[in-house]
Amino acid sequence: MRMELIQPFINSADAVLAQGLQGPTSVENLSMEEEAYRRRGIAAEVCLTGDIEGRIIFDLAPETAVKVASCMAGTELPQTDDLVRETVFELANQIVGNAVTTLNDQGFHFRVHPPHLHTADHGTKTSEDTEALVMCFNTATGTVFMNVALRYHFSGVAEHAVAG
Amino acid sequence: MEQFAPVTRSEDGQPVRYLIVDDSVFARKNLARMVESFGGQVAGEAGDGVTAISEYDRVTPDIVLMDITMPQMEGIEAAEKIVREHPDARIVMVSSVGYQENIVAALQRGARHFVQKPVKPEVLYEVIKYVMRDDGAAARGAGAGA
Repeated sequence: MRMELIQPFINSADAVLAQGLQGPTSVENLSMEEEAYRRRGIAAEVCLTGDIEGRIIFDLAPETAVKVASCMAGTELPQTDDLVRETVFELANQIVGNAVTTLNDQGFHFRVHPPHLHTADHGTKTSEDTEALVMCFNTATGTVFMNVALRYHFSGVAEHAVAG
Repeated sequence: MEQFAPVTRSEDGQPVRYLIVDDSVFARKNLARMVESFGGQVAGEAGDGVTAISEYDRVTPDIVLMDITMPQMEGIEAAEKIVREHPDARIVMVSSVGYQENIVAALQRGARHFVQKPVKPEVLYEVIKYVMRDDGAAARGAGAGA
């Protein structure tokens, strides 16, 4: 997976988390996922189709999700509140939306599908052409994991991106 | 949350009434908090474009805050249908997907403005004042953060 695909997501996550949580963030532990995805807590998955295809998963431990949601909602939320899940969805939506905006400005066209809950404990193993990059963002409220598995839909698009 | 000088309707001094359309409950609550901090009133909410159209007919808001990516009917299509029936409708698109094609498509179909998520209250406040223009008034001598 090419870095020019990943970088907009890192930049976007950094900016959205910093604004939403009103504090600095740091990126740690970038690694390629060789095994199947393993869910850590409340996970929102956003799928992309078009010139670039794949999915992005945002995953937060339940207690972190509550802290993040409470911070963004401006009020203390109980762990069972649907609003916690909704907040993780909206966070995913904003991060992917901002990254997609950057990629679109670079000439890529695609459709963003609404976030949905990733309920399985394990995902399918990533294939060679959709290997996943996993990274974690440290915030004052805990760690947010981002798992990105994207590929170019057309071979010409990759050439365009490298040239551009 | 930051305090803003209330924006009211010029004609009667009443609070500006909003219809908030977003499939995310969190986003709707967040926008509701913001518009209330502008002195506005949430007249209705909808989670998709189809409901937005019926809610618009029911509550006839002063401003619609409309997400783009939603189930059933997306925001740009819903905005177009609302404006076709109500040419004076003031619709502000609020979306995390802020690329030019989306913005142009929304404006061509009748939206008045576009705000990218995550929404900064001070940005939305200025957009609301701009969209209300002659039909709205902010308390004199006080702006964002006052």
